[in-house]
Amino acid sequence: MLRLTGLTKRYDRGEAALAGVDLTVPDGEVVALIGPSGAGKSTLIRCTNRLVEPTEGTVELDGQDITALAPAALRLARRRMGMIFQEFALIERLTVMENVLSGRLGYVGFWASWWRRFPPGDIQQAFHYLDRVGLAGFENKRADALSGGQRQRVGIARALMQAPALLLVDEPTASLDPRTSRQIMRLILELCDEGGLAAIINIHDVALARQFAHRIIGLRKGRLVFDGKPDSLTTDALTTIYGAEAWATLPDDDRDG
Amino acid sequence: MTTPVWRRRTTRGQWAIWCGWLFGALIVAQGWRFISDATLWDFVWDAPAQAGDMLSRMIPPRWSYAPAILKPLWDTVNIATIGTLLAIVLATPIAFLAARNTSPHAGILRPLALAIIAVSRSINTLIWALLLVTIVGPGVLAGILAVALHSIGFFGKLLYEAIEEIDPTQSEAITATGASPAQVLAYGVVPQVLPTFAGVSVYRWDINIRESAVLGIVGAGGIGLQLNASVSKLAWPQVTLILIAILGAVVVSEWVSARVRAAIV
Repeated sequence: MLRLTGLTKRYDRGEAALAGVDLTVPDGEVVALIGPSGAGKSTLIRCTNRLVEPTEGTVELDGQDITALAPAALRLARRRMGMIFQEFALIERLTVMENVLSGRLGYVGFWASWWRRFPPGDIQQAFHYLDRVGLAGFENKRADALSGGQRQRVGIARALMQAPALLLVDEPTASLDPRTSRQIMRLILELCDEGGLAAIINIHDVALARQFAHRIIGLRKGRLVFDGKPDSLTTDALTTIYGAEAWATLPDDDRDG
Repeated sequence: MTTPVWRRRTTRGQWAIWCGWLFGALIVAQGWRFISDATLWDFVWDAPAQAGDMLSRMIPPRWSYAPAILKPLWDTVNIATIGTLLAIVLATPIAFLAARNTSPHAGILRPLALAIIAVSRSINTLIWALLLVTIVGPGVLAGILAVALHSIGFFGKLLYEAIEEIDPTQSEAITATGASPAQVLAYGVVPQVLPTFAGVSVYRWDINIRESAVLGIVGAGGIGLQLNASVSKLAWPQVTLILIAILGAVVVSEWVSARVRAAIV
């Protein structure tokens, strides 16, 4: 279980990017985080694994206070939080296999990782996840030779290799076409269900959020302004989150093509 | 309703620019007059005849001198190669200390690394050789060290700029897996700068072949010694042969570095 308490981030200048967010995500729950650009969605995700240091507040994962950890302990805790990025953030010049195995870096010593001598169990896991995300046989391709959807699948496999309890997913579909976006979202949801993983997914596409998430939270100017089931995300709620707009034009039933 | 008028500059701005051009032209004219006054024009008019005369004495090259320059040529290549390798070994950690995003200590270590790079770069290889000949004595060692000391700055600067220009999300992703700082370097940074590393290495080696050919002039080993001796003895056919040998070495080194750079993108 993930619990954020009073999570606040103030950058050097300007107002708070996050202003006292309280949020609890139980195991196995997939939360879509929506909100306008600059609402603090990305900051919330990055404060959770402390890629960005929160100014105030605490992050607890399974009872452990992440915000209080010293660097070495923080690295151990980060292994429990897999991260998936908008621009995939693969190591472009390395192979698919090296990228997937990099999810094990927190478990493997420096020289073993430098010489790519990963334990046999890790390699077996890597083949398993490559197969699971639909990239069997791609292990020796270079990451920069893949399409966007394929890269995101590698990113997902890398995150799963960490054996995480929680996935932090930052705009997973913003660089993908609509069909690939749906496939990627469905894959993430299936994998969360299979492994009982919790997930926070930043997403701009409200229709996708409605279709796939168990729960939707809305962030505006660093504050939580909506928290509920996908059905309860009414046009009024959308106005609260994003501001006034003719929301009726939003297609609310989304058919797969 | 009148048609709207749009001009890129105001009248005033346009005049300022014309005045700037006029001022520049005056400086060029004045500078030309100064150079002209300081030139002995008789020598200049005589130059084509002198050059033709020298050329006629340089041809044909003295091919029988070739065995005598093989060893110095080999020394020259070695000075360049070993000097470059030494520079790579020393400059790589310095580049990581100097790059803003990998430097472990921005207050002392980073300025120190930047200072080493600046000093190394600002002193020409030939000057380094001149200093080193007096310290370690004449010979190949002085040449190797001179090449290395100058190349550290060149290599370090280009490498640390490449490190600063990496895509930060890649190393962020590695950090997020729970990797140690050394692993973040090994996976998030090194693969991204590897093409620059290899490209700059061979490029510098190629430059160093050319530079080490003249180091012998100050006694730091290599073919420059023979070149200098031949020029002072007015043995022009020998000079021609040495120049041909240097040209050959440079062409080969350029070919090798072009091949290597093409192979590693």
